[in-house]
Amino acid sequence: MAKLILSMDGLVLKEIPLSKERTTIGRKAHNDIQIDNLAVSGEHAVIVTILNDSFMEDLGSTNGTLVNGNPVKKHFLQNNDVIELGKYKLKFVQEAGAQPAAAAADFEKTMVLRPSAMKAAAEQAKAAGGTGAQAAQAARQAALQAVGSAAQAAGTSEKPAAPAAPAAAPAPSAAPAAAPKPAQPLGAIQLLSGGNAGKELELAKPLTTLGKPGVQVAVLTRRPQGYFITHVEGAQRPTVNGQPIGSAPHALKDHDLVEIAGIKMEFFLKS
Amino acid sequence: MNYSQILEVASCTDPGMVRSHNEDSIASDPANGLVVLADGMGGYNAGEVASGMATTVITTEIQQLLTKVQPFQIDEETKVPVAGRMIRDQVLKANTSIYQAAQSQPQYAGMGTTLVVCLFYDNKMTVGHLGDSRLYMLREGKFSQVTRDHSLLQEQIDSGIITAEQAKHAQHKNLVTKALGIDPAVEPEIKEYSTKPGDVYLLCSDGLCDMVDDEDMGMTLQALGGNLKLAAQQLVQMANDNGGKDNVSVILVRVLREYPAPRGVMGKVFAWLK
Repeated sequence: MAKLILSMDGLVLKEIPLSKERTTIGRKAHNDIQIDNLAVSGEHAVIVTILNDSFMEDLGSTNGTLVNGNPVKKHFLQNNDVIELGKYKLKFVQEAGAQPAAAAADFEKTMVLRPSAMKAAAEQAKAAGGTGAQAAQAARQAALQAVGSAAQAAGTSEKPAAPAAPAAAPAPSAAPAAAPKPAQPLGAIQLLSGGNAGKELELAKPLTTLGKPGVQVAVLTRRPQGYFITHVEGAQRPTVNGQPIGSAPHALKDHDLVEIAGIKMEFFLKS
Repeated sequence: MNYSQILEVASCTDPGMVRSHNEDSIASDPANGLVVLADGMGGYNAGEVASGMATTVITTEIQQLLTKVQPFQIDEETKVPVAGRMIRDQVLKANTSIYQAAQSQPQYAGMGTTLVVCLFYDNKMTVGHLGDSRLYMLREGKFSQVTRDHSLLQEQIDSGIITAEQAKHAQHKNLVTKALGIDPAVEPEIKEYSTKPGDVYLLCSDGLCDMVDDEDMGMTLQALGGNLKLAAQQLVQMANDNGGKDNVSVILVRVLREYPAPRGVMGKVFAWLK
């Protein structure tokens, strides 16, 4: 992410990351960067940031804005440009290496594309998207190989479900659809009564429903914190170790005894 | 007509794990068969202001209109149900309000919001949307996306520049090409669909669909269909468990039975008396 370094007489006052589409500069309090000095107009200038590009625009200030010593109305900011408002200096710094990572960290912030900005952005995105996808693919392959070899080393036959986080890290330009799931022990239940007594059910999915629809249904959810059981429908609530659960999700511990719709079962964690 | 016995509605909204405040706004009026979801954008609290204005203006205006006109009545000019025009007019009204607020008050400059609005009537629904908030449908065990985002990514997919699989890992997921309150004029996408008893509709902000795969959303709706409130909470929880990078909002609507418009002499007399 690009940032501005505010200084006066060579003294650094603060650093401002350009995290928003519009960063306003002026004397009045509602500005994103407030410079309380009479030489600065109430609404002095604005920095518009689209993707990785920032533009500075003077908002008709009384004393004007200088960029690298030249008075400007509108300016496409380059790395290390110095914006001057009266005695104050704002240095524009673009961290070249950190750019894609910053974009990835910022990806969830919704912004609107104006038709005028569209063409340039589309071209840029196309270029970035192409390289991003390639990098992502390479990283995914590397991750799969890493997981594969790790699984072999551990002597397990489990399929690599999620790409290992460290291996995915070298592709900062690819924003993952969802954060990689942390490794957590797989849970399972074994039925202790009913027609299927003795049967084992692995809880690999994010949620598994159990019971009879219309009578009593409970759901077992797999979360980063562990497994939880929640009552879904039915007059009677499932019991854990003989105690009926409340309406909030109930955390399951290894070897808990659960009863749903008259069927007893044991929850356990597989190592 | 009162739809509260016909539509079951549950909703949940959460700031997520990263953001300090919630810029999403949701509104539902089951009695009038109306649900609205908006995801605001813009600095400080402006996003909240924009999404709040959108949901409030659209719900109150449509509620008021419904006391005079029924959405299934046929428009004499266009020969289609008036619902579409009702939604379009109110969306434009909300657009003007937000745009003017953004123009007149510097702290709201540049604010805008995405939108999904559904109005149910006569075994149908009319959907209006702008931006990347979405409507999904679960019908007979099949989960599918109903709206198509107005986003750069969707346009790239449509034009074949990238595939849907690549899109999951693309940058610039956040760039929408249409939004409410950004320009003086806007054209919402409005479509009519038939509904069936048993359908479950999911309205969500991008905080859900960016964090949770469609497959997992569908599975949750199928598994927890018996308890809509729990399903809505579970969806929000899944988004948060996966990182919760954005505000997450969910509205679920289940169609419990058929709801044809009152027709025939009695229906007309009844509608007329109202």
